[in-house]
Amino acid sequence: MFNPTARQLQLFKVIVFIAALIPLGRLVLFGFTDRLGANPIEFITRSTGDWTLYFIAITLAVTPLRRLSGWNWVLRLRRMIGLFAFFYATLHFMTFLWFDHFFDLAEMWKDVLKRPFITVGFTAFVLLIPLAATSTNGMLRRLGGKRWQALHRLVYLIAGLGILHFWWMKAGKNDFAQPILLGSIIGVLLLLRVYWKVTQPKGRKVPARPAAS
Amino acid sequence: QKLAAKQNSAYVVMDKPTAFKDATTYNNFYEFGTDKADPAHHAGTLKPRPWTIAIEGEVKKPMTLDLDALLKLAPLEERIYRLRCVEGWSMVIPWTGYSFAEIIKKAEPTGNAKFVEFTTLADKKQMPGLGSPVLEWPYVEGLRMDEANHPLTLLAVGMYGEVLPNQNGAPVRIVVPWKYGFKSAKSIVKIRFTREQPKTAWNVSAPQEYGFYSNVNPDVDHPRWSQATERRIGEDGFLARKRKTLMFNGYSDVASLYTGMDLKKFF
Repeated sequence: MFNPTARQLQLFKVIVFIAALIPLGRLVLFGFTDRLGANPIEFITRSTGDWTLYFIAITLAVTPLRRLSGWNWVLRLRRMIGLFAFFYATLHFMTFLWFDHFFDLAEMWKDVLKRPFITVGFTAFVLLIPLAATSTNGMLRRLGGKRWQALHRLVYLIAGLGILHFWWMKAGKNDFAQPILLGSIIGVLLLLRVYWKVTQPKGRKVPARPAAS
Repeated sequence: QKLAAKQNSAYVVMDKPTAFKDATTYNNFYEFGTDKADPAHHAGTLKPRPWTIAIEGEVKKPMTLDLDALLKLAPLEERIYRLRCVEGWSMVIPWTGYSFAEIIKKAEPTGNAKFVEFTTLADKKQMPGLGSPVLEWPYVEGLRMDEANHPLTLLAVGMYGEVLPNQNGAPVRIVVPWKYGFKSAKSIVKIRFTREQPKTAWNVSAPQEYGFYSNVNPDVDHPRWSQATERRIGEDGFLARKRKTLMFNGYSDVASLYTGMDLKKFF
């Protein structure tokens, strides 16, 4: 089975890091070359929202990939991918706060409280914050593996809220192709976990393996 | 293709017209796809000539007009209108056409005619978006008789001094500047005068979100977003605040059409 050396793993991390910055780079490039279309803010909002969901889906794919392939090392890439989900979620939220509300917090709150579609997206974003904040090894040690893992299971809820947010964004236009596709992918990734939980023989637990590096 | 028309100085707004490129590449015309860049990419298959419009229903003179007859029906004039999309963005567009009232005069509606229904072409060969179930096809829009008769309601055959680009609703569309953009049906093939309120496409699709009237109204929010402000495409700087949306999109003289109506109920 493939098992990278420490150097190879380091290289993978650099590659993933650079790849994860491509969506941002694309936005910057488009911004400077006038390719964001007639409504650049909308383009940026949609793009950062899409990528948040893609990165959440990739994060959720790590465990199934590890179990199905036996590549335990992919777990070492998960923290970075998860943090990129938070990174794009932050950009997405900032576009909303800046360009939709011009940092008028009172106005933003009105929107958050009044509109379920925004309430859900905002909640998902807020729930991501503790996950990002406890992503360091130090925080993992302080919380202890069990509690840390329990906290980070919030990502299942966040993924669900994210899809709902996307779904409602497309609702009323009856244009559900994208939320259905992404929701199905995330649904399968979550169902795999349920399946393993149910079929797993008692007493034999797959140890939680927090990334050590 | 140029289209000669005299500017009507009664219908000019001081705002700077939107760039032609923005107005022709950022469109909602679901018959060509739901992405706003889709119509510009896919509307090349639409054949705006030859074209006929059927005028029927509660009229003394039902008729079928071809495009040349339509162009000659009244003198063409240019009018610069604000356009406010229900999605929260706006443009300023110089249209060419004449008041829809000219058609009404010609068709002589009977006393039973209370509404006008506009039907958009629905031809799968020309419109690739019809394969998707986003809306019920054909696209139908409608106005109350007095709204249709209001001089602001424009039958448009051109914009920016040229014939309408396909993605903007060639060869003939309606423009109702005090209502959200989707009320202004594109690529019209049928105009029906009716007794009953027409079953309009968006209202059928999502009645809680899109009312029959759909007047621009900053005080009545869309369930999923505020209508109090709007982003003017291309003009407002990247970092600018959104501008305040005006009641009836600034066309306050239409207010008399709705005297005594609760516009929160009839949104």
